[in-house]
Amino acid sequence: MSDKTIICRCEDLTVEEIREWISKGCDGFEEIKRATRIGMGACQGRTCRRHLIAELAHANQKSPAEIDLSTFRPPTKPLKFGAVAGVDQDD
Amino acid sequence: MDKAEILVIGSGPAGLKAALSAAEQGAEVTLVERDPFLGGQLVKQTHMFFGSKEQYAAERGFKIAEKLSREVEAHPGIRVLCDTTALGYYDDGVVSLEVKGRFATVKPQSLIMATGAQENTLMFPNCDLPGVYGAGAVQTLMNVHGIIPGKRVAMVGAGNIGVIVSYQLLQAGVEVPAIVEALPHIGAYHVHASKVRRMGVPIYTSHTVLSAHGKDSLEKITMVAIDQDRQPVAGTEQELDVDVLCIAVGLTPLTEILFQAGCKMVYIPELGGHVAMRSDTLETSVPNIFVCGDVGGIEEASAAMVEGSIAGLTAARNFGYGKDSYEDQLAAARRELDSLRSGPVGEKIRSGLKRLSSFGEVTQ
Ligand SMILES: Cc1cc2nc3c(=O)[nH]c(=O)nc-3n(C[C@H](O)[C@H](O)[C@H](O)COP(=O)(O)OP(=O)(O)OC[C@H]3O[C@@H](n4cnc5c(N)ncnc54)[C@H](O)[C@@H]3O)c2cc1C
Repeated sequence: MSDKTIICRCEDLTVEEIREWISKGCDGFEEIKRATRIGMGACQGRTCRRHLIAELAHANQKSPAEIDLSTFRPPTKPLKFGAVAGVDQDD
Repeated sequence: MDKAEILVIGSGPAGLKAALSAAEQGAEVTLVERDPFLGGQLVKQTHMFFGSKEQYAAERGFKIAEKLSREVEAHPGIRVLCDTTALGYYDDGVVSLEVKGRFATVKPQSLIMATGAQENTLMFPNCDLPGVYGAGAVQTLMNVHGIIPGKRVAMVGAGNIGVIVSYQLLQAGVEVPAIVEALPHIGAYHVHASKVRRMGVPIYTSHTVLSAHGKDSLEKITMVAIDQDRQPVAGTEQELDVDVLCIAVGLTPLTEILFQAGCKMVYIPELGGHVAMRSDTLETSVPNIFVCGDVGGIEEASAAMVEGSIAGLTAARNFGYGKDSYEDQLAAARRELDSLRSGPVGEKIRSGLKRLSSFGEVTQ
């Protein structure tokens, strides 16, 4: 796959960049997310998660089932500040 | 903050049936759907459905959605909130929502997850060019909005979705010069595959897309034959002029909220990825959180409806509704599911569920 192939569209990351981080020893889901922001954009990893799991499994010679995922935090979609600011204060 | 007895997230066939089944027992149900309309995947399905008679086989998908949606909207026990996305689940059992652009919270006593699935993408050079679509987007454009995505569309994936969407493209007057499939065989049901073959669409098995090309948008793809190890076979590259590449390579369950709720999750390739462990009444490892439909494993609308009924009935029963009829209704639904999953077409789901049960009984 060529260097310019995009793995995470939201954060504009290429497969090559991710492989580079992995080869430097940053080979866990959480670590690589912290290093690159992969999966932290608008779609919250819904597009790239599968590909990252596959890359990590391949690099670590594990099956995808053995790859620990990172924490899933709310909100699951981008939210406008106005939406939050308008929250009812009674609770 | 709002309270709800039963909160159903997602209004595809699973969520609609779950809401109806629980409400028919007397429970109070709130149904949230992120789209402006009810129906989930069914809304886009203009073809006649396979499945069993009880689950509306031979009706067109969107007709089934209309029928169920009408019942749901007419039911006094169901509060329907469209344009409402469930955003997260917190330790104290609170679910956060975006309701028509405003933030809100609700604390349900029982939660039925029917969020369905997300389409898988493929990685290849220029996979981010405009013109590269998921099959769901193409179906939404054509069948919901009446817009064709382009003039010449190459399809990736010869499963039911790829083949059915190819047929719908042909019906809309779009050229489909190739269906590319990585597996050595066609996954779609014979009736669908032979229809597109008769209309002259070649299906390239053991092939994949090597790269996409184009300046501002897609102009061309290169496809290539692959060997048993899925490696490209040198010298077999072929170029194809297309303005759209439609990707139909499977779905992954939409499970974020289940992870947040702390449900025990396991990776089951046959079910599409990580799914929640659950009892035979579809209750997860967290009491009163249920799963039904594609979120629990990629299957079909017919099974999603039956699972929705099981989850809805059981959630209601847990609060004492419909106790007397529960066992009979459950047994009937189980028989229905078994028959849907029998035979060769149920092979994949059976092996997925078997693998899931190899992780042991779900404990709460
Ligand atoms: C091309 C195609 C052809 C098919 N043909 C058939 C067929 O012939 N027969 C058959 O039985 N099946 C068929 N299926 C499969 C069937 O459509 C699906 O299996 C079924 O729709 C799954 O139902 P579901 O309710 O689990 O999920 P979905 O129908 O996907 O519904 C999930 C709903 O949840 C909503 N949602 C998700 N997350 C949130 C959130 N956080 N907050 C609020 N709402 C949310 C979504 O917007 C969606 O409306 C076909 C599918 C496709 C794509």
